[in-house]
Amino acid sequence: MIKLLDVTKVYPRTGNALEEVSLHIPKGSFVFLTGHSGSGKSTTLNLIHMGEKPTSGEVRVSGYSSLRTPRRDVWKVRRRVGFVFQDFRLLPGRDALANVAFALEVTGTPKGEIQPRGQRLLSQVGLASKSRAQVHEISGGEQQRVAIARALASEPLVLLADEPTGNLDDRATRGILDLFWELNAMGMAVVMATHDLELVRSYPAARVLELDQGRLVYDSSQTEGKG
Amino acid sequence: MAHAVREAASAFRRSPLLMGLSSLMVGLALFVVGLFSLAAHNLRLALTTIEERVEVVAYLREDIRQVDLDAAMETLQTLPGVEEVRYLSKAEALDRASQIREIAEVSTDLEVNPFPASLEIRFLPEGRTAETVEAVAAAAGRLPTVEDVRYGQEWMDRLFSLRRIGGVTALVLGVAFAAVATLIIGTAVRIAVFARREEIFIMRLVGARDGLIWLPFLLEGAATGFLGGVLAILLTWSTHQAVFHFLFALEWIPMLWMWGGMGIGILFGILASNLSVRRYLKEV
Repeated sequence: MIKLLDVTKVYPRTGNALEEVSLHIPKGSFVFLTGHSGSGKSTTLNLIHMGEKPTSGEVRVSGYSSLRTPRRDVWKVRRRVGFVFQDFRLLPGRDALANVAFALEVTGTPKGEIQPRGQRLLSQVGLASKSRAQVHEISGGEQQRVAIARALASEPLVLLADEPTGNLDDRATRGILDLFWELNAMGMAVVMATHDLELVRSYPAARVLELDQGRLVYDSSQTEGKG
Repeated sequence: MAHAVREAASAFRRSPLLMGLSSLMVGLALFVVGLFSLAAHNLRLALTTIEERVEVVAYLREDIRQVDLDAAMETLQTLPGVEEVRYLSKAEALDRASQIREIAEVSTDLEVNPFPASLEIRFLPEGRTAETVEAVAAAAGRLPTVEDVRYGQEWMDRLFSLRRIGGVTALVLGVAFAAVATLIIGTAVRIAVFARREEIFIMRLVGARDGLIWLPFLLEGAATGFLGGVLAILLTWSTHQAVFHFLFALEWIPMLWMWGGMGIGILFGILASNLSVRRYLKEV
């Protein structure tokens, strides 16, 4: 479903962010993308989301190629790829439901369906009772759940998460990871970037990809295969 | 579209001061264009009135035959740009001259009528150019029945160069103030885009179409241009009324100019918004 073929990304000011990275993430996978700060985790996620194009190589997502997808069609890729961030990126001054409803509205959900679908999505992430709470009134873990509900608005095939637990305590982190596993069990692929190796070790069923200075240096699935 | 209209309207509700100031600035820029249009239109009317008097007078030789006169008139009448060729006999020339008091006093003592017969050549509006007038005067001068040709060349050259200067000035100032209006609208929209950058970011994140993102801003720009245009018309109208009542008679600009100006205001609003939003969308 997601393929990176010899992908290199070079930024004019900071140099190589990724160097000849090739990987394949099949449907329904659960992948931890690990590595130090600056190793290329966020760049990888951004390339999969088609927020930018690789300098060389090709990114393929659900049938769309970075080489052949014009800018005007990138929205089609993004509806198949949900994205959550460390800092949640919720719209301030709106309640939880309004944040999810905004995503539903701008992705073309019929007006009459927006509120009930928004409620359902919040229920799915365990926030049914907080739908009318302003985002600044709820905890970090709950804010991340709102962001996940928003990412699910377009019923994506894969959820990308860039250090989603970086701002959360242990309990909230476990809650978010459990939610990711639930979504994964329903068939959604999850690719989570994190530098928290302890967290990664506590979910041994997940595939682990490690990046170092822009190179893919470890892939647990290949190690298992060799072993 | 409904989403775009709602979003554009909410921008006016959320930041009425910003949108109001933008409209005011655009209105003032277009007001200058309006004032200039008013002056240009009235100058043009005055020049047209003077231009209508542009004529070539071909003085005829003495005792020409009727057949030669008819041939000369026919030749001149068929020249490009000529509207009318009128024959003025010696007697008519004397009559006309006699309307001047000094000449009237001596005309009764004249034994011989000193005024020659002439052909007065008037021009169609499109024929009132230096080139056409000169060509007609030269053609008239070549006719054997014609003794002399007069058309006030120096005066006419000045008139036409005045018209050219007016045209170029209007064009340059019009373009300059249109650019000012575009920059103002562009800046206002950039501020509006910046104020809503988080929303735009989320819209792109979840896969909203580009059209859905920039359409509200285009509508905002168009509305700013429209409001600025209305304001400019009101200010220009007030100025026109004040000048008309307290200083001198002044014609109001043609309706086509007015609606054209309004249309251009809206167009520049859309154009400026389009540029600003597209530039921003490339960055996020």
